[in-house]
Amino acid sequence: MQTIIISSPLVSHRLSLALPVPRSPLINYHHGAPPSIRLSSHRFTNSLRLFSSAAAASRDSEMATEDVQDPRIAKIAASIRVIPDFPKPGIMFQDITTLLLDTEAFKDTIALFVDRYKGKDISVVAGVEARGFIFGPPIALAIGAKFVPMRKPKKLPGKVISEEYSLEYGTDKIEMHVGAVEPGERAIIIDDLIATGGTLAAAIRLLERVGVKIVECACVIELPELKGKEKLGETPLFVLVSSA
Amino acid sequence: MFASENGLKGDPRLEAISAAIRVVPDFPKKGIMFQDITTLLLDHKAFKHTIDIFVDRYRDMQISVVAGVEARGFLFGPSIALAIGAKFIPLRKPGKLPGKVISESYELEYGHDRLEMHVGTVEPRERVIIIDDLVATGGTLSAAISLLESQGAEVVECACVIGLPEVKGQHKLKGKPLYVLVEPSGVDEFC
Repeated sequence: MQTIIISSPLVSHRLSLALPVPRSPLINYHHGAPPSIRLSSHRFTNSLRLFSSAAAASRDSEMATEDVQDPRIAKIAASIRVIPDFPKPGIMFQDITTLLLDTEAFKDTIALFVDRYKGKDISVVAGVEARGFIFGPPIALAIGAKFVPMRKPKKLPGKVISEEYSLEYGTDKIEMHVGAVEPGERAIIIDDLIATGGTLAAAIRLLERVGVKIVECACVIELPELKGKEKLGETPLFVLVSSA
Repeated sequence: MFASENGLKGDPRLEAISAAIRVVPDFPKKGIMFQDITTLLLDHKAFKHTIDIFVDRYRDMQISVVAGVEARGFLFGPSIALAIGAKFIPLRKPGKLPGKVISESYELEYGHDRLEMHVGTVEPRERVIIIDDLVATGGTLSAAISLLESQGAEVVECACVIGLPEVKGQHKLKGKPLYVLVEPSGVDEFC
């Protein structure tokens, strides 16, 4: 399991920050949330987990938290809403639409990725439909890269290459335009969340087939129990928030 | 209204944007000249110009919400929202948004589709712009306007990169202003 060492400006200034006080679960949570305390407490648990187990969480995937909590991370984590039983019973859905309503948190999310990837000779930001389209383009614009959308079948109008991947039941496909990328280009792949890693693994295969080097996969959220990182092979994974 | 009629006549950025858009004939079916903005996204300068033009227009208009229509509105809306300090609200196909939603149906050539929005995401009288890559009949944008207005928001303008001939000369959509950067590219620019 290899980790790309990318020097992060986060490290040097994080050390001088005091540990932040955990946010009340009831603050910052009025945008459209169903009036249910259980949602808040679940989120609060996520935030606590971040504070107390940052070192453990960073063991497998590289997390932005590492040793000292960057206060931006706590705010980002707190802005993500958890919806139980969506799309089906038993699933705790990580809803980033509330993050997008928090202008500071959204700005910080993009800044954390941009700080990591600018000046690293990355010419391609590939984003997975549809939530990858929300985070990818601002990053691409800030680091001077192209944005390449990776889409469900039949959405892209031109000539495409496609890669199949497994779902719980059946398979799906992800597509990319022929000619969007050149061999030898360095890319990052963005999605809002990594769960089983199936989609990201397919995206990696698609780009590698045309000779692109994937420097890293980057997600806002990881669900570590689903072990998505294991599907990514040699490609490192960077996440901001880890949610059990 | 087209950008060239509204202070940007002769702006070389508009030409760069137009040139970066690829036309794919007969997609999704015969006779349609599909305006493919993915090539615009590959041209970093032209993509940046696109965002800059919208940001310059909206930054001083007290816009607190940018709503983007799935999926291609997601490619432009968030960057604009970030630059002007606004929230971004995704307007999505049915069944995608996990929380409580309101929905509005709109007509397709054959049949209907629906657009959904999370409730409680806008406050009454918040000033909103709606973004999509392209406006053709205006059906989708009309549904988007209805959704936002039903939540009490004030839709200030609808903004699209490309406006099809049907909307030329039509400055308003459901009474709301429409702002468009370029007309569709012709087949000569197919690459």
